[in-house]
Amino acid sequence: MSAIEHLPGTDNGLLRFLTCGSVDDGKSTLIGRLLFDTKTILADTLHAITRTSERRGLEAVDLSLLTDGLHAEREQGITIDVAYRYFSTGRRKYIIADAPGHEQYTRNMVTAASTANLAIILIDARKGVLTQTRRHSYLAHLVGIPHIVVAINKMDLVGYDQATFERIRGEYLEFAATLGIGDVRFIPLSALNGDMLVERGENLGWYSGPTLLDMLENAPTAHSERDERFRFPVQYVCRPQKSGDPKLHDYRGFMGRVESGEIVVGDEVLILPSETRTRVKAIELHGRSLPRAIAEQSVTLLLEDEVDVSRGDMIVRAQESALVTRRIEAMLCWLGDAPLDPQRKYLIRQTTRETKAAIASIDYRLYINTLQKMPAERLGMNDIARVAFKLAQPLCVDAYADNRSTGAFIVIDESSNNTVGAGMIL
Amino acid sequence: MSTLALQQHATLSHLDWLESESIHILREVAGQCANPALLFSGGKDSLVLLRLAEKAFRPGRFPFPLLNIDTGHNYSEVIDFRDFRACQLNERLIVRSVEESMRRGTVVLKSPGESRNRHQSVTLLEAIEEFGFDCCIGGARRDEEKARAKERIFSFRDEFGQWDPKNQRPELWDLFNARVHKGENIRAFPISNWTELDVWQYIEREDLQLPSIYFAHRREVIRRNGLLQPVTELTPARAGDVVEELTVRFRTVGDITCTAPVESDADTVARIIEETATTTITERGETRLDDQTSEAAMEQRKKEGYF
Repeated sequence: MSAIEHLPGTDNGLLRFLTCGSVDDGKSTLIGRLLFDTKTILADTLHAITRTSERRGLEAVDLSLLTDGLHAEREQGITIDVAYRYFSTGRRKYIIADAPGHEQYTRNMVTAASTANLAIILIDARKGVLTQTRRHSYLAHLVGIPHIVVAINKMDLVGYDQATFERIRGEYLEFAATLGIGDVRFIPLSALNGDMLVERGENLGWYSGPTLLDMLENAPTAHSERDERFRFPVQYVCRPQKSGDPKLHDYRGFMGRVESGEIVVGDEVLILPSETRTRVKAIELHGRSLPRAIAEQSVTLLLEDEVDVSRGDMIVRAQESALVTRRIEAMLCWLGDAPLDPQRKYLIRQTTRETKAAIASIDYRLYINTLQKMPAERLGMNDIARVAFKLAQPLCVDAYADNRSTGAFIVIDESSNNTVGAGMIL
Repeated sequence: MSTLALQQHATLSHLDWLESESIHILREVAGQCANPALLFSGGKDSLVLLRLAEKAFRPGRFPFPLLNIDTGHNYSEVIDFRDFRACQLNERLIVRSVEESMRRGTVVLKSPGESRNRHQSVTLLEAIEEFGFDCCIGGARRDEEKARAKERIFSFRDEFGQWDPKNQRPELWDLFNARVHKGENIRAFPISNWTELDVWQYIEREDLQLPSIYFAHRREVIRRNGLLQPVTELTPARAGDVVEELTVRFRTVGDITCTAPVESDADTVARIIEETATTTITERGETRLDDQTSEAAMEQRKKEGYF
């Protein structure tokens, strides 16, 4: 790839993906290889890791050093947190969420997965499907990542054997079916040698599918590909009446982002939760009038009638209302250091709305390695459970499986102001 | 497998997507915080922030003032441009200077010519306290540096302004949590997910004006440790130095004592984009004398309250 090809010609948007696996699976090497082969790594960075590799007595440059983290992490020999990395092929820009493999795995992976549209699950070809693979796959599925690529890595260590690849593929498909994972693709790799990442290499002639980068280049990017219903949580109301410009005296702009679907000027809309009905008079962005707005676009909506709308309300199309409710059932991932205390009240933030909430019931806790359901009184960090909440104020929701924006919420502990839980509405 | 085929729906280009995410973040700051401020230096990243703020809030005024921490060691072109842009936008600009902190005695220099970059943290914390800001919006990007790669978009700081990498709030979906107790604050980074190239492409697309020193110009420099040190009143030539006049431009602008230009004849945004796409050295590696000190330099500064 010559440098000039890095300049976008046909812009194919932006894809956010997640890599799951531990250092032992070659995850850091895989990321390092993607950055290296797409010419994202610059000379001074490469020089620094070359020096480190030499100091450690390695024969080749260790690309996994590229994802080496903070001083605090190197000190303790652990990875603390999700790291975000960037590369571009010229056709498309990528954001990798790199979640650490061991410590606090569930918490970090759920965080990294929440914004990803594709997950690469790494399997060591010598080891096959492990408990860890099941755990990664379940979490990717729980957080609703629509596309999963199972990368069977270290093919060089099993003599690039097709039968090994097919056996692991069969094993994985069997268990994916039990979870209901739909879109899975498989690819044999050697991240160390770069086979089937960006280049096909010489060693995997029996594999006729696309390279890993080809899969990434062609995967859909839209977050909301499943739900086409228009959802517009209001973030901010613009009332510039004091600006001195008489034309703006009656201006009331409702600012927010189209979380799913699209809206056209003239569409009839409902304001939730009040269910007031009106029409879209105009769609604006920085002084420009737009005929329509599409998913993921931040715009300002102007409405026909003078209706009461404030931050936290949601604008939907009249015939596509969301559920307005004071009770939600959800899969909850507990993230806090202190356990969930069913006696306490918490704060829930969903879209741009906030409400106090109480635990109505904990139906079960899920033992993630076996997916067994067990009764629970409390939840500790990294626990996943099915929980019902009673809400002080109504929320306007969709099922998370239908809409990742309006089906997701966080739980905040008001005493520390910390984010202590992540929920997905059922 | 059909779902992996090219999608049917209209989607945003990568710049539109980044712009939309940044607008969303700015509006969340406005919606959640009582008294935010936007850190504005006159540099390219903060100029991009201002355009994003226009997109987020016009025809209204910005729901925050602009705040500049002046080290007193900035290029005058940048300071002039800062004032010009704030005035052009008709927004309120607050300037607090490291020199005031020195007079108060809260900043003590080890040597008179030393870089004041690090001392900005003290002045920033003093300004936060003076005005009671609960959130400062900054133009930092995760691609700049290792310590930034792991920082949240809404990054919590305690009352000493400290960032604790081991104790960050989980940040899921686009559900940002800006809640703080009195004295604590949030640093919000709307262009976290942008790269240097994205910034230049956006400057080109939006036709943004920049301070002149971002473009190729003739300047007297001295070669030191592989970097070009500009010859200025603050950084004069020493005995034995070879002063050369070269065609250079700045990739980043900051404190004069720690920002180095690069040799370049790129005199338009389009030519800078071409150079950025083909460069072989990272932005900070080439131009920041302060990050060369140690691999963990930025991490350390952030723990001390640097933005």
